[in-house]
Amino acid sequence: MPSETTDKNNVTKPAPAGRTLQNNDAMLSVRGLKKVYQTDGGPIEAVRNLTFDLRAGELACLVGPSGSGKTTLLKCISGLMAPTEGQVLLDGVQVSGPPKKMAVVFQEYGRSLFPWMRVRENVELPLKNQRIPKAERDRLVDEALEAVGLSHVPMSYPWQLSGGMQQRVAIARAVAYQPEVLLMDEPFAAVDAQTRADLEDLIRTVWKKLGVTILFVTHDIDESVYLGERVIILSSSPTVIQEDLVIDLPAERDQLNTRSLPRFTELRHHVYEQIQLAKAGHRPAAAAR
Amino acid sequence: MDNTKTARRRPTKELLGIAGIIGFLLVWEVIPRVGIVDARFLPPASEVILALVRDFGLAAFWLAVGETMLAWLIGLVIAVLAATLLGFIIGSSAFLRSFTNSTVEFLRPIPSVALIPLAVLLFGVKMESSLMLIIYASFWQIFIQVLYGVADVDNVAMNTAKSYGLGQFARIRHVVFPTALPYLMTGVRLAASVALILAITAELVIGSPGLGREIALAQSGGAIAGMYALVLATGLIGVLINLVMRFVERKTLSWHSSVRAEVIV
Amino acid sequence: MKILKGIGYAVGLPTILVLFWAVATAGEANFFVPTPATLLATFAETWFGDRILSDVLPSIGRLIVGVTAAIIIGIVAGLLIGSVKWLRDLTEPVLEFFRAIPPPVLVPVLMLLMGITDSMKVVVIISGCIWPVLLNTIEGVRAIDGVLSDSAHTYGITGRARIRHLVLPSAGPQIMAGVRQCLSIGLILMVISEMFASSSGLGFTIVQFQRSFAIPEMWSGIVILGLIGVAMSFIFQFTERRILRWYHGLREVENAV
Repeated sequence: MPSETTDKNNVTKPAPAGRTLQNNDAMLSVRGLKKVYQTDGGPIEAVRNLTFDLRAGELACLVGPSGSGKTTLLKCISGLMAPTEGQVLLDGVQVSGPPKKMAVVFQEYGRSLFPWMRVRENVELPLKNQRIPKAERDRLVDEALEAVGLSHVPMSYPWQLSGGMQQRVAIARAVAYQPEVLLMDEPFAAVDAQTRADLEDLIRTVWKKLGVTILFVTHDIDESVYLGERVIILSSSPTVIQEDLVIDLPAERDQLNTRSLPRFTELRHHVYEQIQLAKAGHRPAAAAR
Repeated sequence: MDNTKTARRRPTKELLGIAGIIGFLLVWEVIPRVGIVDARFLPPASEVILALVRDFGLAAFWLAVGETMLAWLIGLVIAVLAATLLGFIIGSSAFLRSFTNSTVEFLRPIPSVALIPLAVLLFGVKMESSLMLIIYASFWQIFIQVLYGVADVDNVAMNTAKSYGLGQFARIRHVVFPTALPYLMTGVRLAASVALILAITAELVIGSPGLGREIALAQSGGAIAGMYALVLATGLIGVLINLVMRFVERKTLSWHSSVRAEVIV
Repeated sequence: MKILKGIGYAVGLPTILVLFWAVATAGEANFFVPTPATLLATFAETWFGDRILSDVLPSIGRLIVGVTAAIIIGIVAGLLIGSVKWLRDLTEPVLEFFRAIPPPVLVPVLMLLMGITDSMKVVVIISGCIWPVLLNTIEGVRAIDGVLSDSAHTYGITGRARIRHLVLPSAGPQIMAGVRQCLSIGLILMVISEMFASSSGLGFTIVQFQRSFAIPEMWSGIVILGLIGVAMSFIFQFTERRILRWYHGLREVENAV
């Protein structure tokens, strides 16, 4: 979402601070992305200049203060919205509408599932729409529901389930779709703490099992460090990349031990500091990297 | 992000709406002029609007409008009072609700126009005939909404009120009434348009005084442009009633956080 | 026991009312109100003969054709107008005006344009009861949740699949509310078109009874109109409950919170 801040246009553009790869290695590339909203009160610059790459099979978290244009960025990446400048490449192909090999899980689970369809039908619909044969479809839906631990409720309606379970349905739908890239827009911001921990572990498990590339947007610092292999820290609006941080925690993570590692605390501390700096208006030096 | 879009497009929206009206009038103007429909049966828009403007200068026109609106108002007020009173009494008691349910469900779908012969028999071509139809039709709209509203009262709020020792009357005044008010207002708004339909119907079919009778007279007397002008006038009154009722609803419920959607009842 | 109680509630008040009616009309003959027995006998002999074929069924047939056409045209046009923003803005004031015109005034207008024919009566019904369906469909399509729409979009659900799986079900509750209004307006227009301009049909027959002071027959006509209204209401409720089962469940859950 755009914030009220409209910066002067003649500030020098900061250099892209995100990590980039050789063309062939990147599954998802964001290049010089800029989004300006036209309003009655003049243009609002929500995202200024973002460049970063995601390797195939990477799990990266995108964290930033509220109002830092996270949702705008995600809408541009998912092809729901055209950027003002710059481009998004999925597997080398420019994104101009929602690509087939991408799935999105939204924060508002109550509003992203079809309330007139049962759990199973919700998961099945995108596959049906792709004309995948019935037997194959059934297998994919069963596996996806199994993976998120919902094999027992296929005939319920989503609104009969708790919030956490509804979000599991949304994740199952994304998993069954067999995307190469999975975008998640603050998916656990509206569920309670215990459910949230379970869902975080679920994401790690699904990620390891399927080898899918995941971009996970969150405003929760702990969550970003716990989940990600890498944390991309955004500045406040108009958004640039504050820092692109590698999370060198062991691959096997669990809620109790990982969170009590000294390294976890250090990383969390670091991300927290960077976000405080971002909120205070500090920008990375123009040629930091 | 959607707000920004609508904010930018607002002026265009109104312009488009005006363009739509002008376009409609142009089509209407052209159809009889090029002879798609005989101009004797569908005069061009300009002629009809001229006739309507002429009507605005006639005392007889305003008298007819006055008669229609008077029947509308009296009928609506009686229906609101009766439906509110009965709705609150029956709605507050689980026994009365179950006891009257089958009768209500049977009486409500009876089309009010079925009462036309009875009204003629009882009152002839007087305003009472219109009133009977108006009251019958509007009553159910409001009554059902009030029943829903009273049933919608939050149990926690009710128990809180009880635990603070509020008596029966105070509970109705402070808990039941505010909850049911949005429903009541929706009912009144729906009833207001229904009442107009029935007022015009009674005048048209029975011949009680008002705009409907003028339409029937204009039609049988061959004053075709005049008839279309009166039809336009009833549409304008309908729009006016809608606007006023929406305004009243918003004013009354300004304290209410949500603008209620109509429930399917 | 519970069923018995239910039946008791359902027939209790109607029984009391009929008894009251019987007692009130029992004494000397009342000119305006027949006794329940007279009404019942008159009802059978008035409507169970030739009139079923000559008046009742043709009226109901016109009603069904008109209402069905209005619902289909209303939904199709509503889907189109609701999905295209500029079209919505362009047509909204004109449509609101048409909705505000009391439908019965269409009877003299269409009588003039089409003459007194069966198709005129059907067109009266269509042109009177299309507006609630049309405007409610437009509003329902417009109000589709943004997140839900984005979800469908990201999963490649577009075009006809979008209409079938997203737009129609999402607008369903609004459309059904419009259909309900459409049905009652349709019945009203069926009666009026026959009262005003006809030589047969239910509306015409009932007015004839009243003019010739055949009071019990007139009452039996009111009863049959009432029965048609009640039957339509039952059919509607039954259908609506089936189509919108999810919606009523969802509302219950929301209200319970």
